Parts: sequence; C-alpha cells; structure tokens
Amino acid sequence: MTAIYQALYEFISRFFSPSIITLVVTTLVYAAIPLVFILVYGLVAILGEMKISAWLQDRLGPMRTGPKGILQPIADILKLLQKEDTTPRAADRPLYRLAPWVAFIGSYAAFAALPFSVAYIGARLNTGIFYILSMGSLVVVSILLAGWGSDNKYSMIGAMRSVAQIISYEIPVALAVITVVVIAGSMDLQTITDLQAGGINNWFLLGGPKHLEGFGGSTNFVLVPVMLVAFAIYFIGSLAETNRVPFDVPEAESELVAGYHTEYSGMKFALFFLSEYASMFAVGSVASILFLGGWQSPLGDTMNGPAMGFLWFILKGLSFVFAQIWIRWTLPRFRVDQVMRICWKVLIPFGLTAVAAASVIAVAIQ
Amino acid sequence: MGYFSDITRGLSTAVKGLTVVIRHLGRRKVTRQYPEPKNEYILPERARNRLYVNMDDCIGCDKCARACPVDCIEIETVKSIPEEDLGVTTRFAKKKSLWVTKFDIDMAKCCYCSLCVWPCPTECIVMTEVFEFSEPKRENLIYHYATMDAAEAELHRQNRANYEAQANVQRAKQAADRAANAPAGPPSSTPPSSPPPSAASPWANKGPKH
Repeated sequence: MTAIYQALYEFISRFFSPSIITLVVTTLVYAAIPLVFILVYGLVAILGEMKISAWLQDRLGPMRTGPKGILQPIADILKLLQKEDTTPRAADRPLYRLAPWVAFIGSYAAFAALPFSVAYIGARLNTGIFYILSMGSLVVVSILLAGWGSDNKYSMIGAMRSVAQIISYEIPVALAVITVVVIAGSMDLQTITDLQAGGINNWFLLGGPKHLEGFGGSTNFVLVPVMLVAFAIYFIGSLAETNRVPFDVPEAESELVAGYHTEYSGMKFALFFLSEYASMFAVGSVASILFLGGWQSPLGDTMNGPAMGFLWFILKGLSFVFAQIWIRWTLPRFRVDQVMRICWKVLIPFGLTAVAAASVIAVAIQ
Repeated sequence: MGYFSDITRGLSTAVKGLTVVIRHLGRRKVTRQYPEPKNEYILPERARNRLYVNMDDCIGCDKCARACPVDCIEIETVKSIPEEDLGVTTRFAKKKSLWVTKFDIDMAKCCYCSLCVWPCPTECIVMTEVFEFSEPKRENLIYHYATMDAAEAELHRQNRANYEAQANVQRAKQAADRAANAPAGPPSSTPPSSPPPSAASPWANKGPKH
C-alpha cells in the first residue's frame, strides 16, 4: 500500500508543488469532517424528531426497524433514494435543479466557521459570525429558486412567505448577535469562545468573562438581563430562520402542501431536508457559541480540552435541536401577519434596546 | 391588551404549553405493539367476539336462531327415536332429544350483539375472546358447528321417518282395533269447546322460522 501511495504522490508531484498538495489534502480533510458530521447528525436528528415527537405524545414512535426502531432513518433514506426524481413539465429546469444544491451549500458552508473544538475550526475567520449569518441568507436564494422553478402556486406562495420571513428575522437575529459582539469585541467565533473559558459564570448569557481585564469583572452581571433578552431574540429568530414551528408558514402543511419543496422528490427533496436539519444544528450551535460558551466545559477546566470540546459543542448544539423539536410539537403555527408583527414590533425594538444597553454598559464598565 | 402585557402573556402561555408537553416525555406510552406476544391483549370484560357453540350441550332448541336479529344462525334438527339415548347436557343435565344435523353460524353476518347467548337454556353458545379470524373468502366465515356429517344426518332422518311410518301404522291398527272392539253406536260428535284460533290472533304468525 505504501508503495502505491508513494507512486501516486510522485506522479502528482510532477505537476504540483508539495505545498499545494498539502493544501488541497488538508482542505479536503477539513471540509470532509463537517460533511460527515452533518450526514451522521442528519440520521440522528431524523430519528430524534420521530422519537421525541412520539414520546411527547405518549406514543412509542418507530419500533420495528432495528432494535427499538433506531434504523428507521436509514430505511427512510434508502426509500427516498429509490423514489422517482420527478420534474414538473412547466418547471424552469436549471433553476429547479439548482435550488436544492444551493440550499445544502448554504447550510454546509455555515459549518466552515463553526469552532467545534479548540483543535478544529474549518476556517478561523475574523468575521466568523458575519459569514455564518450571510450563509444563512444564501438559503433564501435557494428557497426562491425552488419556489419559482417549480411552477407551482403553493411552492411560489411558500417561497415568498419564506423569503419575507427570513429577511425580516435576519434583523433581530443580527441585533442579538451584535449585542454579544459589542461585549466580546470580536466577530471571530473562536475568540468569542475563548473569552468564555472558565466555567458557566463566564458565559455571555451571564454577562461574559469575569476573570479577564477589560470586562468589568463581577460588575458585568448587570448585563444578564440584556443578554437574556438577546438570547431570547436570537432563539426566536433562529426558529424563524430555519422555518421551524411556530414560524413554519412557508411550509404550512395544512395550507400549502409543503411550501417551496412541494414538487421535489427523491434525492433533491433529501437535500432540502438535510439542509433544514443542518441549519437547525448550525443556528443552535451559534447560539451556544454566543451565549453558552461554545465548546467550553460548564465546569471550567474540568472535562475541558480538544476532545471534550467536541463533546460539549455537539451536546449544546443538540440540546438546541431538542428544544426546537420540543417547540415544534407544542405550539401552533402563527399567521403570516402575526409572524411579521412579532418581528417588526417586538423583536426589533427589543433588539435595538439590547444593543444600546449593551453598548452603554460596555463603555461604562470596561 | 397593552403591548407589554401581550408579550408577557404570549411568553407565559408558550412556557405553560411547553411544560405540559415536556411532562409527557417520560410517561408510560399508550401504544400497544399489536401482534407481539409480549404485550398481553387484555380484552375488556364481556368482550364480544367470535361465537362458539359447545355441541355436547346443544339441545337444538333453536332459541338462539330465533333471537338473532340478522338471521346468521341456521339450525336443523331431527327428532330422536325412543331406542336412541342422546344423554343429558353436562350443564344443567337437560335431556337431549333432538339430533342437531346442522348448526351454521355466518360470522360475516354476525353483528356481535350477543342476543343469542342469553336465551340458551344450557349456556352452550358463548362469545369468545377470539378476534383474529379474518378470511380471504366470505364463505369461510360460515362456521359449521354440527358434529355429524351428511351421511349420519341422513341416517337419523331415515330412522325417524321409519319410526314415524311404523308409529302411524301402529296407530292406524290400534284405531282399527278400537273401532272393531267398541260397541256399535253413533260416534261422539260433541262440538269443540273453544273456537279455533283466528288468523287475526297475535300468535298466528309466530311459527318457527324456516
């Protein structure tokens, strides 16, 4: 085997310099980790959604596929892959085909800037959170492509609702993010996570680091109400951005069949589905990075480190996914006008107040 | 409603709903995994499912067939002859005097009302707990409870016919004897003490079915 690798390496190095080869290989490996994670997590999340929804309704959920039904998502995916890949006759074919890929790329690209652990971050950008928010907006493009390309009134209505909703909710989400960024003084997610080292009372939800110079020490507990408001705004806004209940007016089964992905089947539908679940985890993990210390252990230095970091990060992200599932199976759907009202009349004023308060406090105590 | 009270109300009701729902997470699940044997299917008391007839106890009284509102029970009987002893029923020790040559229940017609069960004098027709008896063909749902085959039924019918023919001969002979032995005189011609039942009588149409 080694000889084969050696020969391959020599063959490739005739055309490319070693530094380029190293770059390409490391890039591929780094890119593959989130992809593998998304695929595995997707299976877990699909099963989780089925099982948790069943448990919340005193049912058992899938029980026949494998022990206790744990192989159900695999069976579902296999079934999905066998489905005929249909395209409506009147569809705008290039756009129709492009849409699911754009959706998945948008969700997947957000994972590039997520610090999974101290040892792993796809790309340490000094504008990390900004990049993630903009990748979230890419999903809007795909939804609009899907709705327009399908040539279906339900898809189109769903896509228009979705775009209106996501663009509106980007504002309160951004305001909540800015509240944290003002205190942290950085948009780099790894830096924001590092600031929250040393246990639960240094998390930004509880005012930010107490042990570092320039953060006001213990007095930054006065930030707690501001941070709670920002956290609530971020969480509500993230539900809307991922089109989850109670903000699922774009999909609204009872009104719009399935919204923008009504006409999609097979692999294309699977991509939309995977993209939605990936976004759920992405917004959850961003919430945990901004407010709950990311990969930092809540116990300070105990159980911290590169490997445990992965665990904490995934645990925190999944608990947000759980909360989203829990909310989905509890609350009814808002009307379109209620969705807009909540965004523009409640979340944005509160968000602006939070930003202003955080700025004043930051200036006062730092 | 004011602006802030709307917000607090919205949040508090959402939290209320969420607490109600999360409490169900660890609760006992109500789903029964139907065909699996580890789940016991405890039917409710007096559940009404497939009928069963214990032919050892059936005296062929036809009461169940008459009670049936959908006519799903068909019974045919042949009277026994004096030489035959059919024994007594295990329950209540009733004397059996009829050969039950046919006892068919069409479970496809049955409406599970249980009205046939109550009149049975020997409690031999009962509702069981068997509820898995679907069939690909409707004819298969006609259950034949009679214990004898066609040949045996025919034998009993023949026996009875012979016996009745003999009895008729006997009676005719006795009547002739009586007529011969009796002193000559006018036959008694007393009119019937009561008028025969009229067609308008409420009992007129209540003969046995079939």
